[in-house]
Amino acid sequence: MIGEPIVFWVLTVVLVGSALAVVLSKNLFHAVLWLALALTGTAGVFLLLEAEFLAAVQLLLYAGGVVTIVVFAIVVTERLVGERITQTNRRITGAALVAFTVLALIVSTVVRQPLASARPAVEGDLTRAIGEGVLTRYVLPFELLALLMVAALLGAIYFARPDE
Amino acid sequence: MSLQAYLTLAAAVFCIGLFGVMTRRNTIGILLGIELMLNAVNINLVAFARFGGDVTGLIFTVFTICITVSEAALGLAIVILLFRVRRTVTADHLDLLRG
Repeated sequence: MIGEPIVFWVLTVVLVGSALAVVLSKNLFHAVLWLALALTGTAGVFLLLEAEFLAAVQLLLYAGGVVTIVVFAIVVTERLVGERITQTNRRITGAALVAFTVLALIVSTVVRQPLASARPAVEGDLTRAIGEGVLTRYVLPFELLALLMVAALLGAIYFARPDE
Repeated sequence: MSLQAYLTLAAAVFCIGLFGVMTRRNTIGILLGIELMLNAVNINLVAFARFGGDVTGLIFTVFTICITVSEAALGLAIVILLFRVRRTVTADHLDLLRG
């Protein structure tokens, strides 16, 4: 694809910018909205990598589901409207140092590896391949996933039940 | 774009999320940082799957997305429960288990 570098850099700016806004935003509600943008940007990266199904799942589950329940949680737990306490703790310099060190370690490892510089063309339908894989070779993890989701659903309902 | 570019992008998002987890006071803010970190992992999985020409990574991305959503739902349920018990969601004040 010829326009791929342009799209990639635009997505990088959107993703890194919104991720920084998520962690630095003073208002938690704004942080959630920035998270929605970051998750949508990730869906864009999936589209760029020709994984359309995953982009759709990302938008539906993450940008739709997670953002909605986080907004719910903020509305429920925000006690005083307009309360202005500082959102970050005093360890901000140390945390930045640790994050930069981890980033430098990962990047210096990544650039030294002899990794593929171009990806193979898509063979057949990736969505069909995912569906077939989930229902044949990976059917056991798939069923366990269903069990996990039922357990998470029951647990969330149990925790959030009204007081007796 | 090369695989390195995608991996570097994912590493940047991961470290920003790590920074958020370490600095946020609000428990929900910490959860947002964790979401960012898991998101970076998904980018890595999809990039490796596409550059390696194997569909397994894409299937595992479906799994990680579902597990992350369960984690977010349960984590927020715990936050709401904590708020009900302690009337606060600031991580500094949640020291019930401190001896």
